[in-house]
Amino acid sequence: MDVFAELLVLTLAAGTPLVYAALGELVTEKSGVLNLGVEGMMLVGAVASFAVAAKSGNPWFGVAAGIGAGAALSLVFAVLTLSLMANQVATGLALSLFGIGLSAFVGLDYVSVVIEGIQPLGIATLAGLPIVGKIVFGHNPLVYLSLLLFAAIHGFLYRTRPGLALRAIGESPQSAHAIGYPVVRIRYLAVLFGGACSGLAGAYLAVAYTPLWVEGMTAGRGWIALALVVFATWRPWRVLAGAYLFGGVTLATFQAQAGGVAVPSQLLSMLPYVATIVVLAVISRDATAIRLNAPASLGRPFHPDG
Amino acid sequence: MLHVPRRKALLAAAALTAAALGLALSATAQTKAGEPLKIGYVYVSPIGDAGWTYQHDTGRKEMEKALGAKVTSKYIESVPEGADAERVIRELAQSGHQLIFTTSFGYMNPTLKVAKTFPKTHFEHATGYKTDANVGVYNARFYEGRYLAGIVAGRMTKSNVAGYVAAFPIPEVVMGINAFTRGMRSVNPKAETKVIWVNSWFDPGREREAADTLISQGADVVTHHTDSTAAVQAAEAKKVYAVGYHSDMSKYGPNAQLTAVTHQWGAYYTKVAQSQLDGKWKRDNVWGGIKDGMIKMAPFNKVVPQDVQDLVNKTSADIGAGKFHPFTGPVKDNDGKERLAAGKVMDDGTLSKMDYYVEGVQGKLPK
Repeated sequence: MDVFAELLVLTLAAGTPLVYAALGELVTEKSGVLNLGVEGMMLVGAVASFAVAAKSGNPWFGVAAGIGAGAALSLVFAVLTLSLMANQVATGLALSLFGIGLSAFVGLDYVSVVIEGIQPLGIATLAGLPIVGKIVFGHNPLVYLSLLLFAAIHGFLYRTRPGLALRAIGESPQSAHAIGYPVVRIRYLAVLFGGACSGLAGAYLAVAYTPLWVEGMTAGRGWIALALVVFATWRPWRVLAGAYLFGGVTLATFQAQAGGVAVPSQLLSMLPYVATIVVLAVISRDATAIRLNAPASLGRPFHPDG
Repeated sequence: MLHVPRRKALLAAAALTAAALGLALSATAQTKAGEPLKIGYVYVSPIGDAGWTYQHDTGRKEMEKALGAKVTSKYIESVPEGADAERVIRELAQSGHQLIFTTSFGYMNPTLKVAKTFPKTHFEHATGYKTDANVGVYNARFYEGRYLAGIVAGRMTKSNVAGYVAAFPIPEVVMGINAFTRGMRSVNPKAETKVIWVNSWFDPGREREAADTLISQGADVVTHHTDSTAAVQAAEAKKVYAVGYHSDMSKYGPNAQLTAVTHQWGAYYTKVAQSQLDGKWKRDNVWGGIKDGMIKMAPFNKVVPQDVQDLVNKTSADIGAGKFHPFTGPVKDNDGKERLAAGKVMDDGTLSKMDYYVEGVQGKLPK
């Protein structure tokens, strides 16, 4: 049972960067904008957070810097695609490449630096409770924050008028524009929010999960987050489930290996991907539901005057 | 009809330029007497502050320091293994580097290919097995350090479980796991090693997850054969011990790191450069170890008792002097089958093809 509790704690920790990045991208895509720059924004967020945490000695300042850096990079994307009407796919890919290079360059001086990362809460007395203590109280503060963010995003999208407006713009920007919604401004905000979340995902990796900076430390998690949004058919609950499923299956395969299960590790390495795709594909197999949830205008530019 | 002669003139000019360029190129390919020897290095990853490439670059600097004005060196980092590598190696050869070190396994074929077109340039390829008239290979006996690390782990573990975060099931890595386990069980026959393969040389997140998993399953000493410092950091956070690899990682785990198995290339680079300077470079297949100074243990953590330090130092001296080999029979695999009879020493050929776990490693080796 204790192993189970431990696995659960580790699963939440492993899934959290994906939760942040994928939820941010979900909001961006719900407004009809496809930003493939998640990996780049995560890395820029990671390096900014690490640098600021190292300079200031306070990892929370680092987290703020990571959020800011992710948002700043997404602003470049927003200007290019929303104001200058550049192709979203090409710009997003370029943004990833740019972010990977920029973070490597900026981070040169920080590779050797050691920082005190954000520690798990460990509310001593409560976390000491058998099983429940660990599961409920043993996490990193940023893990709790990701759950709050999930609740906030879910509430925003499906319980508020601005959330409805955002989704309407993702469906049909022309109609939303005709009713009088400021399509471009809302899309800007959605892109910035997505960038901030990606930056936060990077910050989580660099100052909380593995407090270190090395080039390319996200190791492809940005691309996994992008895929999660699609396989989860743009629904927040499924994004959350997919992220934890991915993290959980990864850890379960490690547990199996450490426990001496005789399955080739290459096969086990594949499992998180296979399991996540299969599960999400099965729960999302209803074609009508996919059509209803996929933002109809995803990736298409919008000209307010024509 | 004016344009015909003009075109001819242009062609002639172009031909002249090409010839001049060709001359210039062939001139640079040969160092004039009195000029320093130009040495090139190709690295697979950024230098960083710890790890495989960092150790090679430290070796390069030591070589420069030792030979002073007689040499200059240039390195190119983050060169992907494959077509890019060939281009980079060719450029180094073309720009007059007469000795070129290619420091990753995947550079083997590009190095050989370029070497064919530059027969006067000498190439040294790390960890490969194919040589040519002007291509030598060199590698270190990492397993010697692993055995010593195992002794420390065996004496420090309380749970009798060590955790090993490994990259890919290739002989190089398997050899390390086996040597570590044999070292550990030489002082603590009850101790066992749990291995997790992360199928990546470099992914701090996964390395961390694997280390956390091992610790949650009772490992109180973790080590790794991957490139980041994440495993040592995980041990530090969970208050267990760690053995670093490649570089001294005590900065990342001041309490956790017991010692580290470090690679030292400086002496070798100096020796090869010197022989090139003397005009005595010859193709070689070097597999150096403690004896050659290629493997060193990082300073011990102060929690390691003096008698353990003494034992490690003595064993290290014995290995260096050729009195002891970490794979001295009997060697049994973890199915109980005898792989080497008692009293025999494993030869290098068998060693470099190792594809089984020895007794004391849990689980099955992925094939």
